[in-house]
Amino acid sequence: MAIEVRIPTILRTYTGGEKSVEGAGGTLSALIDDLEGNHPGIKDRLVEDKSGEIDLRRFVNVYINDEDVRFIGGLEAPLSDGDQVVVLPAVAGGC
Amino acid sequence: MLTIAQETYDAIVAHAKRDHPDEACGVVAGPEGSDRPERFIPMVNAAGSPTFYEFDSTELLQLYKDMDARDEEPVVVYHSHTATEAYPSRTDIGLASEPNAHYVLVSTADCFDESGGNSDGPVEFRSYSIIDGVVTEEEVTITPTTDSSKKGSTS
Repeated sequence: MAIEVRIPTILRTYTGGEKSVEGAGGTLSALIDDLEGNHPGIKDRLVEDKSGEIDLRRFVNVYINDEDVRFIGGLEAPLSDGDQVVVLPAVAGGC
Repeated sequence: MLTIAQETYDAIVAHAKRDHPDEACGVVAGPEGSDRPERFIPMVNAAGSPTFYEFDSTELLQLYKDMDARDEEPVVVYHSHTATEAYPSRTDIGLASEPNAHYVLVSTADCFDESGGNSDGPVEFRSYSIIDGVVTEEEVTITPTTDSSKKGSTS
């Protein structure tokens, strides 16, 4: 099952410079584990341990077919063949 | 070094003044690899805060899709500080995720008086590269706006 994953500039060090890679998985969580297998280190940039539970990092946005995954189940958001996943770091800051 | 058109510089300053005392934010996109900030794109600060800014997640996706379709990248990522100097904060540095971008910081701290009235003080405008947590200030060169209809206008 192939899912296209768009990789932001800052994470392309993990994908050999590729802007887009393919992955597999029935949920976002499974897809991230699959990506980690081919691009070691990338998982830690996407998720973090929040009091014992793995969750998406606060300042990383992930979209499935243009929907922010935070509104469709987070890491448990379902995926199917042909879906497009986009990863974008938040553009944020503060004084 | 950041080279930016007078018109774009003025637009960033105007946006910062307009949103004061909240932080203003946005991008100036340009052709990939060109280092030319050409397309001014003010963004909504979804945090609506005097001490924090964040692009709305849906607008962020749209912005990157638009840039992708035009073979552009964010050449400038700008935001304002409304009570402090135009220097990246620890949060700014920690969250900076565009190693190729010029991070422009504008401070409106000195151009409003305490009641929020315009005191006509200067707006501080500075630019930095932020790569792996390392901040390097860079020179800002302002070029005259080339559009002939805008010639003669002053900031």
